[in-house]
Amino acid sequence: MSKSDRIQAGLAKRYRAEKRFRLYGILAIAVAISFLVVMLTAIGIRGVGAFQQTHVALTVTFDEQHIKDNNWQGMVKDAMRKAFPDVTSRRDKRALYKLMSSGAGFDLQTMFKDDPSLLGQVRTVWLPSSDDIDMLMKGTIDREAAEGDRRVSNKEIAWIDRWLADDAIELQFNMRFFTAGDSREPELAGILGAFMGSLFSLSVCFALSFPLGIMTAVYLEEFAPKNRWTDLIEVNINNLAAVPSIVFGLLGLAVFLNFFLLPRSAPLVGGMVLALMTLPTIIIAARAALRAVPPSIREAAFGMGASQVQTVMHHVLPLAMPGMLTGTIIGMAQALGESAPLLMIGMVAFIVDIPGGFTDPATALPVQIYLWADSPERAFSERTAAAIIVLVGFLIAMNLLAVILRRRFERRW
Amino acid sequence: MYVTPARRAKKAVEAAIKLILIASSTVAILTTVGIVASLLLEALRFFGEIPLTDFLFGLEWSPQTAIRADQVGSSGSFGAIPLFAGTLLISAIALLVATPVGLFAAIYLAEYAHVNVRNWVKPLLEILAGIPTVVYGFFAALVVAPWLRGTGEAVGFDVSSESALAAGLVMGVMITPLISSLSDDVINAVPQTMRDGSFGLGATKSETIRNVVLPAALPGIMGGLLLAASRAIGETMIVVMAAGLAANLTANPLQAVTTVTVQIVTLLTGDQEFDSAKTLAAFALGLMLFVSTLVLNVIALHIVKKYREQYD
Repeated sequence: MSKSDRIQAGLAKRYRAEKRFRLYGILAIAVAISFLVVMLTAIGIRGVGAFQQTHVALTVTFDEQHIKDNNWQGMVKDAMRKAFPDVTSRRDKRALYKLMSSGAGFDLQTMFKDDPSLLGQVRTVWLPSSDDIDMLMKGTIDREAAEGDRRVSNKEIAWIDRWLADDAIELQFNMRFFTAGDSREPELAGILGAFMGSLFSLSVCFALSFPLGIMTAVYLEEFAPKNRWTDLIEVNINNLAAVPSIVFGLLGLAVFLNFFLLPRSAPLVGGMVLALMTLPTIIIAARAALRAVPPSIREAAFGMGASQVQTVMHHVLPLAMPGMLTGTIIGMAQALGESAPLLMIGMVAFIVDIPGGFTDPATALPVQIYLWADSPERAFSERTAAAIIVLVGFLIAMNLLAVILRRRFERRW
Repeated sequence: MYVTPARRAKKAVEAAIKLILIASSTVAILTTVGIVASLLLEALRFFGEIPLTDFLFGLEWSPQTAIRADQVGSSGSFGAIPLFAGTLLISAIALLVATPVGLFAAIYLAEYAHVNVRNWVKPLLEILAGIPTVVYGFFAALVVAPWLRGTGEAVGFDVSSESALAAGLVMGVMITPLISSLSDDVINAVPQTMRDGSFGLGATKSETIRNVVLPAALPGIMGGLLLAASRAIGETMIVVMAAGLAANLTANPLQAVTTVTVQIVTLLTGDQEFDSAKTLAAFALGLMLFVSTLVLNVIALHIVKKYREQYD
């Protein structure tokens, strides 16, 4: 066999190997992307339900006695008894009352506060049902399952069917999810408290890390002499960027809480910890932006007699600003999704009130997701997924903003 | 009136500005000093109560210290070996998933993919990196773990509902984009002349990649893998939500294990008296975590940097 024959003979095998190798690459990408798609759709399907909530139309009498006693839930119970006059035994009545959320009375109270002329009147009001009924309406609790296996009894289903026949029960947009704080009752829980906590933390984080990051980057790129000290700072920043986030939380706990005695669970401390964590990201991005400004700009400014500080402030910094902002937005997006360091400084408490300031106890969106994911109620799992949709929505918006900024202001010199 | 040429206001202002800039650049140093000092001080107090050797080599982890002295099992034991083993097991699973997927994705994107494909696929992979870890944790606990349990039952394996496998698999996907983007960078940094030389000798594309490009890019890829390993070790939310709480010394990926980060979170959330050995133990664990990730990072950054200098 001649040499070229031997090569010819091996060729088919080598081409097969080539194709296989290429296929591995495509498979790897397919695996990664299909995981992304599966994860996002699984969470999306689970979560969209939470944007709707089962409401029941009840004919409520704004009874003077109940209003005087501040017994708003009693008003709901009266309306329930009126809707089902045939329910008489105590046990059945108790089961009947449980169809409605314990927050239904609160809704009546707000209604009355807004419009005191309701006193003594009879109105048909849509009120939230309990979470089990909500799950039944959405099909998460299976009607066909054996009675012992589901959380809703046959009797309760019969009552709901009567409502269904009268069109007195339906899914409505779940406004409360966006306007309420946390709650033990899934149907009353909302993300506004966690959202405000995130907003306050991120404001602190931005106010600290943006100026600090940019000043550090300007110093390192434009002023610093090349010596051991600046080398040390550089190595330091690169290492800080890779330190696990939970370690920043430990730092916050030991230094901010136990040494400086700042309040626990406060967005102020959360923001400070997140600022330390995002600082390296911002510094690295800002330095890249400064490096992208060509030296000719600086030389022209020097040539006109500008000092070094003037050159940087008037020419280099404005030109590098879009790049710096892009890096900062990406850093903020990271900080928004971060939860581990916040667990360390106590931003995991159960907080019903919506925080109104930087030192009020608060949680953050990702921490709220973590807390809800731990709750056993089925309805909370739906709400967790919905909160994830909101969080990921914000992250996508921030990253898109960064991309648009980059496209809009990107300059090729 | 106060600003006169003789005052040299500009000089003073600029000196002040420079001073402020220098001061802000020390914040990064101060952060590191703060981390080291706080971890070290608290850990030293912990080692004052529990001997270092008991902590490093002990096989028993049950940090519940008793409220009353006569309680059963009142002396908490702080042997961290099960935690280290659990952390390594989950990280190893993650790397076993992420290394082939990330590396092959990087090779395909760098060597085969059309520019248009690359422009679409790269941002998609970056989305994976941008998703908060709490989302991965939710997915692992709610979808992957039950699915693994179900499949295991069908095949006849007893899979724990908080198995190391579920947390490891999902963590693997999380660190895949890190490996793929770092590998992509180093593969692109291999000079085209080396590929051309190989093609000239008659090698196919895959032969060129395997015999020329990958060996040349190997140090950089190793650096990327080390960085990914340090991410996996320090990852918190996925394991807090999907891995177990009880210390369990096992190499079986189907069982529940706990990790260093999970224990830090459980020790420090909820009610705590600050000076108990229990809370101080969290700082000792934090110190171990910081030191091990720091060593990995320093080696990785050194390798990556050294490698870059070769071809520039």
